[in-house]
Amino acid sequence: MSEQEPRIAELHAAQPGDRRADFPALDQQINGHSLVYLDSAASSQAPTAVIDAVASYQQNDHANVHRGVHTLSHRATEAYEGARDLVKSFVNASTRSEVVFTRGTTEAINLVAQSFCRPVLKPGDRIVITHLEHHSNIVPWQQVCEQTGAELLVASIDEKGQINIAELIGMLDERVRILAIAHVSNALGSILPVRELVEKAHSLDIPVLIDGAQAVPHMPVDVLDLDCDFYAFSGHKMFGPTGIGVLYGKEARLESMPPWQGGGDMILEVSFDGTTYNELPYKFEAGTPNISGAIGLGAAVRYLQGIGMDVIARHEQEILDYMTSELNKVDGMRLIGTADEKASVQSFLLDDIHPHDLGTILDHQGVAIRTGHHCAMPVMNRFGIPGTARASLALYNNRDDIDRLVESLNAARKIFS
Amino acid sequence: MAAAAPSQEELRGLYRELILDHARNPRNFGKLAEPSHLAEGINPLCGDKLKVYLQLKEDGQIADASFEGSGCAISVASASLLTEAVIGMTKDDAVGFFSAVINSLTGTEGVKNFDLGKLAALQGVREFPARVKCATLAWHALNAAIHDDQQTATTE
Repeated sequence: MSEQEPRIAELHAAQPGDRRADFPALDQQINGHSLVYLDSAASSQAPTAVIDAVASYQQNDHANVHRGVHTLSHRATEAYEGARDLVKSFVNASTRSEVVFTRGTTEAINLVAQSFCRPVLKPGDRIVITHLEHHSNIVPWQQVCEQTGAELLVASIDEKGQINIAELIGMLDERVRILAIAHVSNALGSILPVRELVEKAHSLDIPVLIDGAQAVPHMPVDVLDLDCDFYAFSGHKMFGPTGIGVLYGKEARLESMPPWQGGGDMILEVSFDGTTYNELPYKFEAGTPNISGAIGLGAAVRYLQGIGMDVIARHEQEILDYMTSELNKVDGMRLIGTADEKASVQSFLLDDIHPHDLGTILDHQGVAIRTGHHCAMPVMNRFGIPGTARASLALYNNRDDIDRLVESLNAARKIFS
Repeated sequence: MAAAAPSQEELRGLYRELILDHARNPRNFGKLAEPSHLAEGINPLCGDKLKVYLQLKEDGQIADASFEGSGCAISVASASLLTEAVIGMTKDDAVGFFSAVINSLTGTEGVKNFDLGKLAALQGVREFPARVKCATLAWHALNAAIHDDQQTATTE
């Protein structure tokens, strides 16, 4: 780590915590104020590198993939599969066949629920999740439990928004067919000790899926090191386009699973007597894929690798610490989600101002935050609140953004005083 | 990069004193003892949830009205103003009033020759498209209650 220190310091100096210039959408006025974008946990902005990669593909290289012998089809296939290679190296998968392109995290989790779990689940079996999951890591499991008679167990969280590890581990036994957990909570920012939990689950032969949507844009992720069986994430939260995401799965797991959807591209041979399925990962990519989305995602990976995820993590941690301390100085502030290990997100309530009113007042000052339940209603119920205001960070945020946030919160207090 | 002073004028149009007053101290808040009609309104986008209770006389006059639930300042103030406005109206007048209020908040057509009274204070939402549903939620619930629609009214 010490060898990396100068590099981090140098990069910080070269771009003093500000990569805004790479992101054209950030350079605009909203209601007469320069935009402060603090909603990257919902969807991040795209750098020029991503926008250009998608546009160049659309302008010059578009054709269907894996089909034609003509030049454009070849180029499209090269670019699409090149994106897969980039993703493979980004999360350190063993082989490119372990990288399945999906519509996003939600589809990736549904794929695992329906293809990996549903065929084997029976009454008495269990699935374990936690109380802080996003709806996309709750509802697919509820559905597969309804379909099979299996039971869904939910490990609780404490006042700080940390999962009760002992309770979760106590739920793991021979009846559990999968443990599905977030890497980072989208509503609270809590980082879960996923590596430790994978190890514990594996000691009992329980496979583990990690919802990494809120981790991948903010910290280095190494699926080999984590040793998880599945890891799901989305392109549009890591500066890529919407409609593209990734399911990483260990090859042996993916091999064991039947295809989820049928159609073109996922077959080797089709006749009315039967169909032979294609090899991994194409077995899980029925139909013409989101080619431009994958190419955009590949460009996003390249962009992130150019900066270095360790540098990004360091920068965001610094801004998060600053945001937490500045928010704490605002009168009437109640922070929701104060886990010891946190990333990129801070939920809060201000006096008794409803989050939607805060959202409107902040937007009026050019500050974009998310308000509401953040697709994590059980978390809101846990804290007995209808919703929160949430400021979430990405690599392009800086201290000025936080100062603007705090100013606008103080202005909101004046209106409601 | 200091922020310019927030232009509070436009915001004041939304958060008028009357609105803030009703949001802080909602009138007719709580259940009616024996409502003849009630309906729930949900805004699935933000999770706001309101219940509107009505006590209708046999001749169709609204003898009493109340609401309960939680929501933002706009949705609570709107519900509070609603209950004040409809008490004493006939059911048919209330339905007409519902249409007039919705039109005035969504701007689909001009509201002419219709005195919205205090409800005019809600018109500030027209400048804030994302908040129109907050202001209309209670009204959709009112309409559902009058029509004995058992289904939960939503703003979608």
